[in-house]
Amino acid sequence: MMHNLSIAELIKGLKNKDFSSVELTQHYLKRINESKLNAFISVTDDLALSQANEADLKIAKGDSTLLTGIPYAHKDIFCTKGVKTSAGSKMLDSFISPYDATLNHKFNLENMVMLGKTNMDEFAMGSSNENSYYGPVKNPWDLKKVPGGSSGGSAAAVASRITPFATGTDTGGSIRQPASLCGITGIKPTYGRISRYGMIAYASSLDQAGPMTQTAEDAAIVLNAMAGFDSKDSTSASKETPDYTKKLTNSLDGLLIGLPKEFFSSGLDDGVEKVVMQAIKEYEAMGAKIKEVSLPNSMHAIPTYYIVAPCECSSNLSRFDGVRYGYRCEDPKDLDDLYLRSRSEGFGKEVKRRIMIGAYALSAGYYDAYYLKAQKVRQLISEDFKKAFQSVDVIMGPVSPSTAFDLGSVKDPVSMYLADIYTLSVNLAGLPGMSIPAGFSKNLPVGLQLIGNHWSEELLLNTAHQFQLKTDWHKSTPIEL
Amino acid sequence: MTWETVIGLEIHSQLKTKSKIFSGASTEFGAKANTQACAVDLGFPGVLPVLNKEAVRMALRFGLAVNATINKHSIFARKNYFYPDLPKGYQISQFEIPIVGSGTIDIPLDSGENKKVGITRAHLEEDAGKSIHDLYDDFTAIDLNRAGTPLLEIVSDPDMSNAKEAVAYAKKIHALVQYIDICDGNMQEGSFRCDANVSVRRKGEGLGTRAEIKNINSFKFLEKAINLEVERQIDILEDGGSVAQETRLYDSIKNETRSMRSKEEANDYRYFPDPDLLPVVIDDELLKNIKNGLPELPTEKKARFIDTLGLSEYDAENLTSQKAMADYFEIIIDKGADVKVSANWVMGELAASLNKNQIDIKDSPISASELYKLISRVTDNTISGKIAKDVFKIMWNEKRSVDEIIKDQGLEQMTDVGALESVIDEIISKNLDQVEQFKNGNTKLLGFFVGQVMKATQGKANPKQVNQILNDRLS
Repeated sequence: MMHNLSIAELIKGLKNKDFSSVELTQHYLKRINESKLNAFISVTDDLALSQANEADLKIAKGDSTLLTGIPYAHKDIFCTKGVKTSAGSKMLDSFISPYDATLNHKFNLENMVMLGKTNMDEFAMGSSNENSYYGPVKNPWDLKKVPGGSSGGSAAAVASRITPFATGTDTGGSIRQPASLCGITGIKPTYGRISRYGMIAYASSLDQAGPMTQTAEDAAIVLNAMAGFDSKDSTSASKETPDYTKKLTNSLDGLLIGLPKEFFSSGLDDGVEKVVMQAIKEYEAMGAKIKEVSLPNSMHAIPTYYIVAPCECSSNLSRFDGVRYGYRCEDPKDLDDLYLRSRSEGFGKEVKRRIMIGAYALSAGYYDAYYLKAQKVRQLISEDFKKAFQSVDVIMGPVSPSTAFDLGSVKDPVSMYLADIYTLSVNLAGLPGMSIPAGFSKNLPVGLQLIGNHWSEELLLNTAHQFQLKTDWHKSTPIEL
Repeated sequence: MTWETVIGLEIHSQLKTKSKIFSGASTEFGAKANTQACAVDLGFPGVLPVLNKEAVRMALRFGLAVNATINKHSIFARKNYFYPDLPKGYQISQFEIPIVGSGTIDIPLDSGENKKVGITRAHLEEDAGKSIHDLYDDFTAIDLNRAGTPLLEIVSDPDMSNAKEAVAYAKKIHALVQYIDICDGNMQEGSFRCDANVSVRRKGEGLGTRAEIKNINSFKFLEKAINLEVERQIDILEDGGSVAQETRLYDSIKNETRSMRSKEEANDYRYFPDPDLLPVVIDDELLKNIKNGLPELPTEKKARFIDTLGLSEYDAENLTSQKAMADYFEIIIDKGADVKVSANWVMGELAASLNKNQIDIKDSPISASELYKLISRVTDNTISGKIAKDVFKIMWNEKRSVDEIIKDQGLEQMTDVGALESVIDEIISKNLDQVEQFKNGNTKLLGFFVGQVMKATQGKANPKQVNQILNDRLS
């Protein structure tokens, strides 16, 4: 079936005229419309078909690029001109973006086809997709389970093959954790690798976009189209981008893999640990050497993250005030009432919680004890990684302490925050991290996390690709599909 | 009881960049509301700021001009508060580490001496938009054209001890930012605004509680507002009360200051480094280039006017107090006019007319080259100095050229000796009594004869020639 093809295969199919972009697009749109996962907030049928038409014309004229005509789903956090951009929030339910994110601009230049905007936790805050104003997304492997979050819609859409790939964003694990829980491949590149312009900010110093795909090879192909310096984003790196597909086939013989002992302590589900260790054995068989490393400050990642991210979000989300766009309460009686009710009614519970935590931590008298201290710990966490990478090439471990959990089962916010225990430190250190399907525990997918040094995306993708040449986990699809 | 006043000023100087500090939108003043605000200025979701390097260069020019420490690594911070004309809900400013550290500037005192005033810091920030409360009955109108306009906030040490000094300081800064071409100095358009921190104390005591008077947009108002505030605070203290730390607003119509918000109501701005912007790093090369590119500064110009042109301290101070005036003066003398004569014209007739009509020298109806022509018509004896003042008035009112006026009105000096002699002979023949008296020693009557000649020639006779001929005829 067409939808089980990887992007690499779709590119060949389009080139060989096995199918047109319009046919491909129609096929995916049909699948999206039949899907019961609630993975999309908006399906942009008309736009997709007109883009596909244009792509076919370009292909016919021989005026196409590698990704011309390839359909994709966009996390609803990227501003798309003329299309609703909600960030999963009631606050932006009425918001039609007047401009395109840099990423869209890049995709449009390649004449790619946007199928729609995917569901997500409100403003990317959440690990289960249950914080979406548009309702939770269901995990395609078990409809009673969460897909993970915040890029849950993107992960579920790719896993259920209703899109060839999707974009995601990862502030504390929002690409890797849902990728793990849905059994797909996802990479969060080094901070600064992909432009944040037009990506609705949650925590600016941590937010980073990345591709969510079936395979590591696809991730490399898509990352080529996403990465690069953007003069509109002062934090984007001017460092040159390599061709991420170039080193995929390199041998892993002699690769030094570090296993942080802190990632294999209590709290890790036995089934997940078993899958991860099995994957490590696979690497050993490929000639990699395994070494224990220590990330002693990683135990502070959760409290550190839950100061830094809320502080930044409390400020980033101030612009949603009911004045210029987005939700405005009915009949405000004065300015304070306009602010108070627009924000109280427009934001969901978790978003309000984080705004309050952040506003509190930044306030006079608390700033040093919280924000400054968190920044210092953040530095220590970075130094742990720096030290570890002096003796290993790649760090491996679990992505999430468990497989997908039941919808509605985690009620306490702090327990929910624990779902990101292995992913947060990577964002705090600005490192690239990846999740690849590594097996199953009780019929639910388990991801293996690959963490690299700054700008080592090529090595991560190579490491992932080699695993996928030896295993079939990434090819498994949910039964009913 | 003797009271001492302590004043510090915060001056917001709008930088003359073409585009905004963090976006590419134009900074042009006076455009239709909300037409000069792009997605970044409007605070749309997902937009990011990119620092305008020209604003950084301008801040550095200021820092170097006041001999300030330059922080080679400065940081932008977010100042968080909610207001409808602040689209992002925070203002990007500099807090802990400003780009310009401490410096100094000399201000002239009435006594003729100079006083050194400390500059605490100067930092870059973006302006907010404008709230217009009186346009609609039930709504406040918001114009975001100004949102994101670059400002340099210049904070002084509390070194001024009366309103006059504060005004002298503000005028010095006002002149300086125009000298170094970083601000147009237009106070009506809000390009240069002052906040004054004012406190009083009994002589010999520690600092009193201060009140901050916000957004004063003229030097006259600055002086009035400070004097009113000083009076108010002294009244309170003499009645045994205490001054509240608060922000006050100067109402120029009612001529009073009134409370805007107290310290308790003050916002907690929750400053923190803006994660969207990298630290501003200044390298020595850039600093050197900027230093080399600085124009002659007012203090340097004043010294040159005294040393090279031979002007008095007073004249030099006066002429260099505004860049536009110094430029005007220099155009005239560069063309070859006499220094002292030119200085008198510029500080005399011209300054008086500008002042009377409240016109900026930049908009003077008489250009520097026209004034030079007028001065040279006196030097080349075409007209007398007295007639020149009349011509100046016509030039001012009718904006016509010097030569045209002289020709049209027939104002050329009579330099034809024969014609002058016949006029003088006629006057002598009509006033034989006076001639007799003069010859008998009443030499004061020379003035009478000169007057008669001038009357007969409608002032066009050359006074030197008249004197000469009269002396000849009467001796």
